[in-house]
Parts: sequence; structure tokens; C-alpha cells
Amino acid sequence: MEPALIFDLVLLLILIGLAWLLLASTDLFRAVVLFIAFGLLLALAWVRLGAPDVALAEAAIGAGITGALLLVGLGRLGSTERCRFSRAPLTFLQRLSAPVLVGVMIPSISLILLLEVHQLAGTTPGRQGLINAFLDVSGSGHGVTAVLLNFRAWDTLLEKGVLLLALITIWSLDQARPLFHQEDISPQLMGLARLLLPLVIVVAGFVLWQGDQAPGGAFQSGALLSAGILLAILVGYSLPQRWQGLSLRLLLAIGFGVFLLIAAATLLYSGYPLQYPEHLAGSLILLIELVATASIAALLAAAVVGGHPPDDLSTPAAKAPSTSGRR
Amino acid sequence: MLLSDLITTLLLICSLPFFLAGTLGLLRFPDLYCRLHALTKADNLGLGLVVLALMIQADSWQVVIRLLLTWLLVLVAGATVAHLIARKAQQDGHQPWRR
Amino acid sequence: MIELYISLALILLLTIAIGLVRVLRGPTATDRMLAAQLFGTTAVAILLLLGQAGGNTAIWDVALIFALLAAVAAVTFVRRKDIDTTTET
Repeated sequence: MEPALIFDLVLLLILIGLAWLLLASTDLFRAVVLFIAFGLLLALAWVRLGAPDVALAEAAIGAGITGALLLVGLGRLGSTERCRFSRAPLTFLQRLSAPVLVGVMIPSISLILLLEVHQLAGTTPGRQGLINAFLDVSGSGHGVTAVLLNFRAWDTLLEKGVLLLALITIWSLDQARPLFHQEDISPQLMGLARLLLPLVIVVAGFVLWQGDQAPGGAFQSGALLSAGILLAILVGYSLPQRWQGLSLRLLLAIGFGVFLLIAAATLLYSGYPLQYPEHLAGSLILLIELVATASIAALLAAAVVGGHPPDDLSTPAAKAPSTSGRR
Repeated sequence: MLLSDLITTLLLICSLPFFLAGTLGLLRFPDLYCRLHALTKADNLGLGLVVLALMIQADSWQVVIRLLLTWLLVLVAGATVAHLIARKAQQDGHQPWRR
Repeated sequence: MIELYISLALILLLTIAIGLVRVLRGPTATDRMLAAQLFGTTAVAILLLLGQAGGNTAIWDVALIFALLAAVAAVTFVRRKDIDTTTET
């Protein structure tokens, strides 16, 4: 057997086993670490599937944000003792659900997927031909970017909306509380942050710019930046209080807002939302990607902080770490 | 077989023991501080040898710099994290293992 | 050469699988975090090897991002307002 095939099979087995272990784990911290490992391996899987765009996003999200998000969330739950599930005696329906799930649903879903994949096998190029035919009028030199920001821009618009909605929900729950020790920062950690932050910004810019020709783009870049903001918060930087009001909210909403405005303008101009005029397509995509990057970075970092900035900004009691680091 | 291929093969094979030792140490060493020690071998030499092996295969200096940067970043992150975790463990009152 | 790269990547993948035992066993949260740190390094090595095998430099961008963010999870772990970390399993 070819080594590549064995690699894929082993990766698949580990992923499934890992998914099972982390779902079945009663210790939540263990589940979080297993999830971090799952993210790493998932990025490998995307690479093996020939989807470096998704792998880049998974790397930035999985290595940077999800781990931190879950660790912070776990910290908010309180002592680890309380984070363990207690196993209550099972009811009759619960007892029934396991055999139904394992015996009936998994085989039938597998069968449906198998049939679908079997049908797909004949049409491997998929939409590649169609995308390539229209690539030169799309305003982007990279097929995935053309799909995300032109052919199927509607989906991406809604995705930005979902992110914003998620943060609104988080903010409606609680006020941000201090998450990190403010004192006693190791000088080595400061050094690491000072070394990494400029590099993160440069690489995020590179990833964004590269999205025009190669795997990359707003989401990957924004996720990377948000990890940078998180690192800054972790070493004690915070957003000045005068920027925590309207400026922060504008930053969070600008990605979705500008995208929506462009959708409205194109609706008036051409009769269809997000059907760009051909000569403007490139510039519009660049504009959307730039504002989206800023918003995604701020939204993801704010989600980790998990709470709205203090209502009364004038009181110095608001020692909460800022909702997003330096800008 | 080209000389460069031969060197790459040798370096890659040399890198393997360090990853294996890192994993073995992670599993077998008796306490946190010892495991921390095992871990950094993979960062430093394991990945270092892989990067060196691939640098020999590189066809432009940009690729060499890119590989080197990746390794240096992992190295810096690994060293800092090892320090931070050891410090935290000490503050938490972990006692080093004694025979 | 390509077989060599992939085979080595496969062995590294297996070391991750074996390392999972430490995550499962613990005993402390810090031990589990250590294992995740090792997985990060190993994943970077696997990505570099896969990139070389496939001749696709986009994969190296993924490795670069992993390397850049290698410390983020562990730093969050160390810095967060802490709860008891000595959970026995």
C-alpha cells in the first residue's frame, strides 16, 4: 500500500477516535486539550484533501482562538470539580437512544454519504471549469476568493452577519470581567509578545494580500490578527477606555456594514445584490476584504474576552481587560 | 542517488529519534518537570533537523528563509512556554520528583 | 524521496496518537497542556514534510501560522485567572 494512503487512513482513524474521546470525556479540561489536538489534526486533514484555504483558516482558528476561547470559558465555569459531569441514572429513552443512534442512524447516514460520494466520483473536477471560465471577470485571481467574494458573496455576507450576531449575544449576557492576572508577567513572556506581535501583523497582511492569487484572504488574516490581539491582552495591553465606546462598536460592525452597503448599492445599480460592475469588481473585493479583516479580528478577540465593555466608562473601577487589544 | 538527497535522507532519519524520545519522555518520565525536559528535544533538534533536511532540497533562498523562520518561531515559542509552564508549576507547588 | 517524506510524516502522526495517552492520563491539567504543545511542534514538522512531498508551498503557510501561534494556547493557560489545576483522574 502507498504510504500516502496509509497516512490518510491513520489520520482518519485518529480523528474519529479523538472526536469520540473528547465527546465522552467527563473532565472538561481534558476535553479542551483533546479539542486543541483535534484542531491540529483537522488542519492536516484539510491539507491532505487539497484544501489549503480551509487548512489556513483552521490553523489560525484552531491554534489561536478556539483553544483560548475554551480555556477562558472553562475558567469562567469555576472550580474544576464542578466542571465534571455527574452521571445521573439513565431514563428509559436515554437507554434506548444509544442503540438507535449506533445501530440505525450511523449506518444509514454512512450509506447515504457513500452513495453521494460514489456519484461524485464521476465528476471530480466539480465546478472548477465553470469557475476558471469566469475567473478573469471575477476581480480575483484565485478561484476560492472569487467564489467567496463574488460568485457566492451572499454566503460570505451572511457569515459576517452570523459572527456579529454571535458577539451581540455574548455581549448581552454579561459585562467583561478581568480574565487574566494583571500582575506578575514574566519578562520572557513580554519578550515573546514583543517579538511575535509585529510578525503576526506582517503575516496577517501577507495572508490577506495573497488571497488575491493564492490560498489566503480576509477570514484567515482576521483570525490570525485576533490571536495577536489576544496575545497582547494576555500580556496586559488594553484598549484605551476612550476607544471602548463607539469606536469599538464601529470596528466590530464595519465589516458587515460595508458589505451590506455594497450589496444595496449593487442592487440599485445592476438589479441584483452583490453583482459587481466588472471594472470595479477587483476594488470592491479588496475593500470588503480589508474591512472584513478588521472586523473579524476584533469580533473573535472580543468573543474570547466574553462580555461587553463596562457601561460606565468613566469609572476607573472598570479594570476589565479591554475588549480588544491595541489597534 | 544525488548527494543532496542522501544528506536529506540522513538528516530526516536523524530527526526521528528526537520526536520519538519526546513522545517517550512525555509518557514515561515521572513528573512534570522531567516531561517538560523531554518535550523541548522535539522542538529544538527534531524540527531543526527536519528543517535542515528540507533546506538542502530548497531551490531558492526565499524557501530557505521561510523554513528557518518557521523553525525559529517554534523554537522561541517552545522555550518560552517551557519556562512559563515550569514557573506556573512551581507557583502551584508542584514538588520535583525524587528517587 | 516523496515516499520518504510521507513515511516520516506517518511516523510523526503515530507519535501524536501515542502522545494522546498523556492527555488522557493527566494527571494534572499542566501535563495535558504539555502534550498539546508537543503535538503543535509535531504538526509543524508533518506539514513541512507534506508540503515538500506535494510541492505545494501553501502548506508551508499553514505550518508558518502554526509556528506563529504555537504559544497562544499555552500562554492563555498559564495566564488565565486560575482554578484548581490538580485534577486527579
